[in-house]
Amino acid sequence: MDTKTKGRKAAAADGDIGNETRLELYRSQVELRYCEKRAYDLFLQNLIKGTSHLSLGQEAIAAAFGVAMRPDDWTFCTYRGHAHTLARGASMAGVLGELMGRECGLLGGKGGSMHLTDVEHGAMGSYAIIGAHLPVAAGAAWSAQYRGSGQVAVCFFGDGTTNIGAFHEALNFSAVWSLPVVFVCENNLYMEYTPIHAVTAVPHPAADRAGAYGLEAVIVDGNDADETYRVAVKYIDRARKGGGPALIEAKTYRHSGHSRADPAKYRPEGELEKWLERDPLVIYRERLRGLGFAEGTLKDVEEAAMRKVDEATATAKASPPPSVADIEKNVWADGGAAWRN
Amino acid sequence: MAELTYRDAVAAGIAQEMERDERVVFLGEDVAAPGGVFKATVGLIEKFGPKRVRDCPISEQAILGAAMGAAMTGLRPIAEIMFSDFLAVCWDIVANEIAKTRYMTNGQIRLPLVIRTANGGGSRFGAQHSQSVENWAMAVPGIKVVAPAFPADVKGLLAAAVRDPDPVLFFEQKSLYATKGEVPDGEHVDQLGKARVLRQGKDCTIVALALMVHRALAAAELLEKEHGISCTVVDVRSLVPLDTQTILSEVVKTGRLVTVEENPRLCGWGAEIASIVADECFWDLDGPIVRITTPHVPLPSADQLEDNTIPSVERVVREIREKVD
Repeated sequence: MDTKTKGRKAAAADGDIGNETRLELYRSQVELRYCEKRAYDLFLQNLIKGTSHLSLGQEAIAAAFGVAMRPDDWTFCTYRGHAHTLARGASMAGVLGELMGRECGLLGGKGGSMHLTDVEHGAMGSYAIIGAHLPVAAGAAWSAQYRGSGQVAVCFFGDGTTNIGAFHEALNFSAVWSLPVVFVCENNLYMEYTPIHAVTAVPHPAADRAGAYGLEAVIVDGNDADETYRVAVKYIDRARKGGGPALIEAKTYRHSGHSRADPAKYRPEGELEKWLERDPLVIYRERLRGLGFAEGTLKDVEEAAMRKVDEATATAKASPPPSVADIEKNVWADGGAAWRN
Repeated sequence: MAELTYRDAVAAGIAQEMERDERVVFLGEDVAAPGGVFKATVGLIEKFGPKRVRDCPISEQAILGAAMGAAMTGLRPIAEIMFSDFLAVCWDIVANEIAKTRYMTNGQIRLPLVIRTANGGGSRFGAQHSQSVENWAMAVPGIKVVAPAFPADVKGLLAAAVRDPDPVLFFEQKSLYATKGEVPDGEHVDQLGKARVLRQGKDCTIVALALMVHRALAAAELLEKEHGISCTVVDVRSLVPLDTQTILSEVVKTGRLVTVEENPRLCGWGAEIASIVADECFWDLDGPIVRITTPHVPLPSADQLEDNTIPSVERVVREIREKVD
């Protein structure tokens, strides 16, 4: 058993979180934040094209689940998936390279920002059609149940997803089959440009629907990495032991707009500022200091994270664009694209 | 050789693959305890149990999404969509997810799965339970598309589809479920992407699929006996991959191509074959390509209307006499 697993066990047992795990939660959040900020900078330099949906402000959720999951568990996430993919251990150069359309990208330039995938690390895809991946996560959970592998699928999505059919189909299906899948709604208050409350019949878009599928209504402060980690450990562990699916609503806030194209002018004055006071990194840093973590220890984490981002950026920048010959590769399992003889 | 119905060949094909491979699982609506609304999966739950043969809620997105998630994590699911018209309900999972994921992930994710579905007209079910939608699937890169006409092909191509490493959409023509045919004894596995020449003629090559194969054969018989027109009949069997070699070589031999399609006129699969033939053997043609299709209308339900909408034997005979002779 490695130390990582020990940390998780301790948390599950007594509700406390070991120092080592806390430092890991902080490291993960800092890396996700710095990498997302770098992605934004690279956009401004026109080195990243297309669109991009940043997780700035929402890092605590990806970090908490990433630390709580077993290496062979599966992550399914949305087009806002940079953080979730990195949190499973995907190469940062692979992520930035994919955003920049380079050969070193996780997908060799075939997918881009909205489809980050790293099967080796259990990141089973970023899905850009709202709701589509909830049934897919259920299917992976079915496979784990069928094979008795003890794996759990964790599926992240936004508040807007709770109003599409696939959300409801997947929850019912998973509940009826008692599948080991944990659905995590990151409620950042806005479905794209529209306040979620303006288009949803209930105040808590995920939690208030849980009862319809025989599930417990779980709400967690998604800006608090410790709280989110405890909930993650609890429900992942329950799913692994055959206790069936869970639906968790994590309250959070994105610091930037929906996508690169969105300046987020629809937000009422003062809202962002209020949430910046609840920035998950600020909250967590203060807590660690209060718990006796030395300033130098935290600085080391931050400097190491910045070095990692700088190195990944340099690697991605140095990588050539993908070969044009790749266009007709990998449609089929034989590696090609032939549809006729 | 044993004589099986088309519907029994479905169950036989699934059973053969489930016996061989523990990873093969089967899910759909009313497929387990009820044995399928077309009785094409009777006996599977008794044989393989409820862990491997599962009834699902009316949730087509969940069914295909579950098949996809299971396939990417090591199972080989067969999912049933009761009527092919319902593919429209879960087309996102088919066209955006299943078809594209392998490519978008640069080969990281493999999806060995089969979607079986009852396709096509002739049962008076009206426009939402009778469409032939194989051309929808053919238009999306990343899915293989198969449509058998005979019980032996149902079993053999279904087995090949289950063993294929890529996703396959398997269209069963619902009017053919009661038809019978010889099926080889023992393990029977066919090959995807191979057309079959069912009849060799001199004057014209008819290329057809599923139910239209039967009508093309009957028309060829009549044309030969009553009008002295001798036709080759090619059963395409698989639209993706497409056996263009067989089609082109059979067209070159007669100098004429007639496609018989259940698809509505615009962008039916025959249009793609006509285009390939025009591109690649234009100078071997002795006359214009003829496409016999359903007119571009939603399918009506009354006997008189449906029978005069889908290409009939009489219509194939008439059009070939008028346009080919």
